[in-house]
Amino acid sequence: MITLKVNGETRSVNVDPQTPLLWVLRDTIGLTGTKYGCGIAFCGACTVHLDGQPTRSCSIAVGDVGESAITTIEAVEGKAAKAVQTAWQNLDVVQCGYCQSGQVMAATALLAGNAKPTDADIDAAMTNICRCATYQRIRAAIHEAARLMEI
Amino acid sequence: MLPFDRFALRPHRAAGAFAPASRRGFLKAGALAGAGLVIGAVLPGGRITAAHAADAANPFQGYIVVAPDNSVTVLSAHFEMGQGAYTGIATLVAEELGADWSQMRAEGGAGNTKLYGNLAWGGVMQGTGGSTAMASSFERYRKAGAMARTMLVQAAAQSWNVPAGEIKVEKGVLSHASSKQASFGELAEKAASLTPPGDVALKDRKDWQLIGDATLHRVDHVSKTNGTAQFTLDVKLPNMLYAVVQHPPLFGATVKSVDAAAAKAVKGVVDVVQIPRGVAVLADSTWNAMKGREALKVEWDNSQAETRGTAEIMADYKKLAGGTDAKTARADGDAAKAMAGAAKTVEAAYEFPYLAHAAMEPLDAVAWKHDDVIEVWGGHQMPDLYQAVTAQIAELPPEKVKLHVMMSGGSFGRRAVPDADVIAEAVSTAKAIGWKAPVKLVWTREDDMTGGRYRPMYYHTLKAGLDAQGQIVAWQHRIVGQSILGGTPFEGMVKDGIDATSVEGAANLPYAIPNLTVDLVTTKTGVPVLWWRSVGSTHTAYSTEAFLDELAHEAGKDPIEFRLGLLENHPRHRAVLEKVRDASGWGGELANGRGRGVAVAESFGSFVAQVAEISIQNGAIKVERVVCAVDCGTAINPDVIKAQMEGGIGYGLSAILKGEITLEGGAVQQTNFDGYEVLHMEDMPQIEVHILPSTENPTGVGEPGVPPIGPAIANAVFSVTGKRIRTLPMSKTDLSAT
Repeated sequence: MITLKVNGETRSVNVDPQTPLLWVLRDTIGLTGTKYGCGIAFCGACTVHLDGQPTRSCSIAVGDVGESAITTIEAVEGKAAKAVQTAWQNLDVVQCGYCQSGQVMAATALLAGNAKPTDADIDAAMTNICRCATYQRIRAAIHEAARLMEI
Repeated sequence: MLPFDRFALRPHRAAGAFAPASRRGFLKAGALAGAGLVIGAVLPGGRITAAHAADAANPFQGYIVVAPDNSVTVLSAHFEMGQGAYTGIATLVAEELGADWSQMRAEGGAGNTKLYGNLAWGGVMQGTGGSTAMASSFERYRKAGAMARTMLVQAAAQSWNVPAGEIKVEKGVLSHASSKQASFGELAEKAASLTPPGDVALKDRKDWQLIGDATLHRVDHVSKTNGTAQFTLDVKLPNMLYAVVQHPPLFGATVKSVDAAAAKAVKGVVDVVQIPRGVAVLADSTWNAMKGREALKVEWDNSQAETRGTAEIMADYKKLAGGTDAKTARADGDAAKAMAGAAKTVEAAYEFPYLAHAAMEPLDAVAWKHDDVIEVWGGHQMPDLYQAVTAQIAELPPEKVKLHVMMSGGSFGRRAVPDADVIAEAVSTAKAIGWKAPVKLVWTREDDMTGGRYRPMYYHTLKAGLDAQGQIVAWQHRIVGQSILGGTPFEGMVKDGIDATSVEGAANLPYAIPNLTVDLVTTKTGVPVLWWRSVGSTHTAYSTEAFLDELAHEAGKDPIEFRLGLLENHPRHRAVLEKVRDASGWGGELANGRGRGVAVAESFGSFVAQVAEISIQNGAIKVERVVCAVDCGTAINPDVIKAQMEGGIGYGLSAILKGEITLEGGAVQQTNFDGYEVLHMEDMPQIEVHILPSTENPTGVGEPGVPPIGPAIANAVFSVTGKRIRTLPMSKTDLSAT
């Protein structure tokens, strides 16, 4: 049994400790907002927060998560998260939407640590792939979210 | 992405194309257990099982469901892969219904060709492709909305004992001067008991309030922002097993023998079964299925496999290009004679690689046979075909196949597969275990990248003759490559040896050139191919628009003015070109080191021109800005159109700048996003989209944003470096010395 702190709750899961956190969240716990995209920590569709840090859950073994608090798209909250989701909706960022949980998690972590990111900051932090190429709106939504956070 | 419009584009907006619900029967609220008013029809006798009719949560029969909770759910004939079809169709319904935008929902409908058959394909088959969703839906769904409004008004008139003509419908509220008012939900059940009207009048376009409104939000924008949107990958059923398939390492190889002992010993693995396309490993989780597959030992029979590499295949194509075995797609005048008499000739050859679709959601499907029904969850881009294939594998009549149309994490054509591909694998796997459990079958990214169905590789040769004044007097264009339709159920659409998807964009070149030939050499390779966002125009727009730029340069003329001079009879091409010329500041000063390029292309009935502004940084192309003009007829959702242009440009840039699938010894070399490079945030240019006003019927926007960006970049690269890039992707060309 492995004990995890997921979205503020303690969960015990009976899985191989080598199992990537992604599949434990999706198949074992049933939190499907976090997506599988590449399995090699490249695309970012599986981004969750571990103690607030954006982390690619496809490439961390569940046995290595330890005491860290896991936050997924289903429960991400706070000023930055609210601003990001509001901005995403105001600007209709999404197309297919599959990568957007990861994009929202990455953008939330960026704004939580940097309330006024520059375009260069966004380029550096937002390495998630979007095949619909919603990048222009993601950039605009992050700037919009930064503005909303000032209100 | 489907070519049907080329072959079957018949009078899809002719009177009578829409059969009113009154002729097909009508499902009353009682039968749907509280679903309220269902506009559309019940399926023909016997096509609804008792279980289906009572399944209010999935009313897959009809166009509109008005529920007692006052939500209005549109059952979309076209699936949602990001392109905004659900939003567009909901807009058409809401406009005529008089609904408030906030009460609109959308779901996929399937299982009834009469209701959902794509009218741009003659209504013969349900499917999403060829950027036809709005063309097919424009009249159908507005009429459905108008019919629902008429019935709600009748219900109100009867309830309030007032004339129907005195009832107003506005933002989801029915009202009468006597201060009576009601919501749709309150009147839905009564409306459902009425006889549907035989015909209904549609609003005049000057009275539209929602169609053309750029401020409407997508119907799926909240669920896709908070993680609640449901994709096929998210489906979970009781006792469901997770499956992955070991596919052959070479295209055309088959299973010789399987040693499943080690795989079955992996914790969580439940079974290992052979299916027609490989060996499936089933487990209690996706990860355990993957671990099981790693342990699986399969010996393959490669005797029928494709073992060439892409370098060899391209070398073969170059030889074929010089041969005489070509089929004529278009012949105007006498190109050979005019070429011989030309003052100057120009030649160029272009190489296009295989491309993967690489949608974010890898292929997946869920199959569950229970009782005498099989249910399949998937990104059902071609539902009627998938229903037929499923029925065949499951040995059930088609009406016992229930398709759940899931939103899809992209597709770009990949989920429109004639042989049903991942759907067939999921059903075959469930069958192989004796239907003992629902099966979710998932392709890993590696399966998706190496599993074939690529945009075909092509080789183009172009030759043009100019007279002494720089006018083009002759044009010869040869295309060498695989047929997408060949070997599929659509092979019959190949006419006189010409697969129109191979030559579209080239055979219909709009420029006034008196002597012109376009011919095609169709090749055979063992690499499976498929339509890929904008299909033939992915390569024909590049070769023709880049070559035309060379001719403009040879003639000493401005590339836009040169094009306009050849487009006298093509006002819509002209209009988008003039728009980008004016909006981009064409001809004006540029920041140091920057250059501009232009291209225009018609695809799927829409016209798009783009001006790209680039610079060269550290030897690589940096796309700084793109100005895009689109004429797609009536603009239903301007913001969705803008988004599709932005996305089409980004998708096209990925391919043009970096995209390439290569084979060595028949094996695909790129296995994931680390090898198959795609666009990232830092690569995305600033994009401005201008939508030309139009009262023409709507055409597509999902694909037409893609074709012009490649040649626009190529032409901009020339303006900066003097180099013509004729081999894609552009990353293969060293620009560091420029």
